[in-house]
Amino acid sequence: MPSLDDLKKRIKSVKSTQKITKAMKMVAAAKLRKAQESAEKGRPYSQKMQNIILNLTKSINDPQNAPKLLVGTGEDRKYLCVVLTADRGLCGGFNSNICKLAKTNFKKILGEGKELNIITVGSKGHDQIKREYGKYVIKKFSFKDKKNISFNEADEVGKEIITLFNQNKFDKCIIFYNNFKNVITQIPQAQQIIPTETKNLKENNDENFSYEYEPEEDEILEDLLPKNISTQVFKALLENAASEQGSRMTAMDNATRNAGDLVDKLTIDYNRSRQASITKELIEIISGAESL
Amino acid sequence: MSDKFTLEIISPDGTLLKLETPEVVIPSYEGEMGILKDHIPLITFLRPGLIKIKDIKERNFFVEDGTVEFANNNLLILTSTAKELSVIDQSSIQEQITAAEKEMRDDSLSDKKKYLLSYKINTLKNINQ
Repeated sequence: MPSLDDLKKRIKSVKSTQKITKAMKMVAAAKLRKAQESAEKGRPYSQKMQNIILNLTKSINDPQNAPKLLVGTGEDRKYLCVVLTADRGLCGGFNSNICKLAKTNFKKILGEGKELNIITVGSKGHDQIKREYGKYVIKKFSFKDKKNISFNEADEVGKEIITLFNQNKFDKCIIFYNNFKNVITQIPQAQQIIPTETKNLKENNDENFSYEYEPEEDEILEDLLPKNISTQVFKALLENAASEQGSRMTAMDNATRNAGDLVDKLTIDYNRSRQASITKELIEIISGAESL
Repeated sequence: MSDKFTLEIISPDGTLLKLETPEVVIPSYEGEMGILKDHIPLITFLRPGLIKIKDIKERNFFVEDGTVEFANNNLLILTSTAKELSVIDQSSIQEQITAAEKEMRDDSLSDKKKYLLSYKINTLKNINQ
């Protein structure tokens, strides 16, 4: 049985932890609003960009000569996985969910005897992945000092991907990130960006335009495809930022509630043992008086 | 039947503009291009210049680059640099001109870059007047 003093100390420490988690929740909530807004605002751009690319893909008659960024190298041997995570912890399952999904994929890729290269963005993901797959990590990015994610950061990652592609380092590129659905739900996602996924093609297949191009079609593709890669990375980063704050908010909310429960329980314990010690003293006094 | 079509200007930070308009002039890569309703489907790039939205009141946007798609009477402009002329800070224009001119003096630039830069300088100078 802990002494009264011990219990008092514990209650105090739990209470101060609760204060911290509460403050973190508030901060996350404020940041979430901003991040969510920019994630939602950024969606049309990446979607429309993807649409243009899909429309262009449809109108390609000669897949042999199409740019490799669009149709792939035709091989399926080397993979590049870009894992996008946060730079800070204390956000529930946010980082581990992405890593879990990524690791399942790594296992599958390696199991099929294919080559694997990994780029990590965000230090938390790097920490988790390097334990098991450290030797595959070829580069890590961290934007810890940046307050807000801007297109420049995404472009940096995008350019790196394209450089590697041009050096023939991989055939397929997959990015892993959390898709922000709402504050409590974030879905870890794997999206293949090189070659461009064409599975959405069927949805709007009836719209088939023959576009007029200016300048030439291949010139447009050459310029647009790298831009699209950066745009997709940017979208992933924005979704991630919103998911991180949402996840942190929920996690901290739970922590605050847990701390509250704990304080209640400890307070009851404290009161009980206080009462017990009073009763004990009374009995001692009474039995002392009786014996006289 | 209205003779208007939809114009959308979208940047990575959000939708800047969505409205119906009868005519838009865009600074496409190979020259200025006027777009009216029922234009044929088109995909093109922008060079630095002005997007002119011609309605009862004319609105101008300065852009440095971007992608344009026209389909189904929907003109879509994807750009990260669009700025409405009336909100551009006058003093920053001069700075941008100087920066662009400095860049221009670099001989290692490709012809394409130089071409784009010269348009940037010209447009900015025109705005500045």
